[in-house]
Amino acid sequence: MTQQSQAVLGLLAQHEEQIVSEWLQEAGAASSRLTDAQRRTMQGEATEIVRTARAALEAGADPEDFRAAPWAPLREVLEGLSRSRAAQGQSAGDTSVFVLAFKRPMFLALQRNLADPKAQLEGVWTLSLLVDRMAQWTVTTYQETREDIIQRQQQDLLELSTPVIKLWEGVLAVPMIGTLDSSRTQMVMETLLEKIVETGSTLAIIDITGVPTVDTLVAQHLLKTVSAIRLMGAECVISGIRPQIAQTIVHLGIDLEGIASKATLADALSLALRQRGYVITRTA
Amino acid sequence: MSSTVETLQGTLPVRTEEDIVASRQKVRALTQQLKFSLVDQTKMITAASELSRNTVVHGGGGQMRWEVLEQGLKRGLRLHFEDTGPGIPDVQLALTDGWTSGGGMGLGLPGSKRLVHEFDLQSTPGRGTQVSITRWK
Amino acid sequence: MYRIPILQMGQTLLVTIQVDMEDQMALALQDDLANKISTSGAKGVLIDISALEIVDSFVGRMLAGISGISRILDATTVVVGMQPAVAITLVELGLSLQGVRTALNVERGMELLAQSGKESELVVHR
Repeated sequence: MTQQSQAVLGLLAQHEEQIVSEWLQEAGAASSRLTDAQRRTMQGEATEIVRTARAALEAGADPEDFRAAPWAPLREVLEGLSRSRAAQGQSAGDTSVFVLAFKRPMFLALQRNLADPKAQLEGVWTLSLLVDRMAQWTVTTYQETREDIIQRQQQDLLELSTPVIKLWEGVLAVPMIGTLDSSRTQMVMETLLEKIVETGSTLAIIDITGVPTVDTLVAQHLLKTVSAIRLMGAECVISGIRPQIAQTIVHLGIDLEGIASKATLADALSLALRQRGYVITRTA
Repeated sequence: MSSTVETLQGTLPVRTEEDIVASRQKVRALTQQLKFSLVDQTKMITAASELSRNTVVHGGGGQMRWEVLEQGLKRGLRLHFEDTGPGIPDVQLALTDGWTSGGGMGLGLPGSKRLVHEFDLQSTPGRGTQVSITRWK
Repeated sequence: MYRIPILQMGQTLLVTIQVDMEDQMALALQDDLANKISTSGAKGVLIDISALEIVDSFVGRMLAGISGISRILDATTVVVGMQPAVAITLVELGLSLQGVRTALNVERGMELLAQSGKESELVVHR
């Protein structure tokens, strides 16, 4: 271990409590915007960071090589910190500011306890290096976490925007809204087929009232969906075809190959009920 | 990426009917390891089944060679079906759809092509055929 | 070679395919079914493929073949339990399985067979 690391280690070992409390002050723990619980969490995080940093230095780890094994526990603590901040919606800046605030109390400790200016300077360098690495690590993890969250949200959005609804015993409906693209249509197809098996439904109504345009590719996807449903032993009806879309379909020369279509979802449901032998009467 | 795939490449003989089944099972294992979605697994295995059968029935037997691909963060599976059989005299015709019309050559090639992301067919009459298919996760 | 068993329930033959079939096995099944329909005089054939994760063109043609053969022998075939991934793949493959009747599960398949049984009854009035 280098002399400088030794010095930093010494400080961490002897003045841990003071360093942690000065760090918290620096990081704005005193702010009235924080709840008690948040303050306690910050204290826990700071303490953990100091402990794992100490352990790594004791094991002879070099701040230059932050990916080395002895730094693993510290890296994990930083990752945990970063992930929870990212999940709470805090910015990358806030997260690294907390880590960087560690420098000041350490510099002060160096000043107070090391008489030799040269030793102080070298200690400051080592410390700076370490804290910078720590801050970098938090930012990297933060970014990865945010990307994960965004991806999951995109997935959720995709699923939410095309729910498969059970309209009646044996009848499912999928209201498609917005522009249809390849991946979305495929996802809807897969979900719809699975729901058909799950619910034992014999009719699926795909309503495209909310679809502004249909091009050849989309029409092909719809046709494939209908074919797959038929192959499995159920039937499919497309409803909500707007006049413009009907014109486009004919214009593009797309043959809807005997696919039943109804003007509205209501018509499709009405037909489905009649076919199943239901008669709807109104009392009073 | 921390997950490791057993072996990054290998070969399997495709000479008998049992080999066609074995090739399906191997592709299933590989696509599962690569964590392909169920539909994507099914497409790849089905394409492999078609091409294995061609190799056995029309190619006089040959082999299936597989490789796991990594392109940055993208992972994929590439399969090569190779034989030293009579080859395909008319590649264009072979790639023409003709299930019901009776056209095409009934080799299931256009269909298999639709099941994968990349499809390559090389054939020399008298020398053999190589069909390569790729699916990315 | 293992031959897929065919069960007889009244006028219906029931087949459950649970193994990854070799081509010969599929051909043998087609043969066995044709014979059994003939000898038993069965009016309906129910083929349960709910355990099949892969249906390629060979199996597809076998199913279409059995459908056609049974029709000629005055019986109806219904294929039940096709998995969604299989349906999606077959459509992409371009295999239409024209003429093959399908149902979601065994229960609906039996209903379908009962219906078609009634349809094909010859009513003779004097």
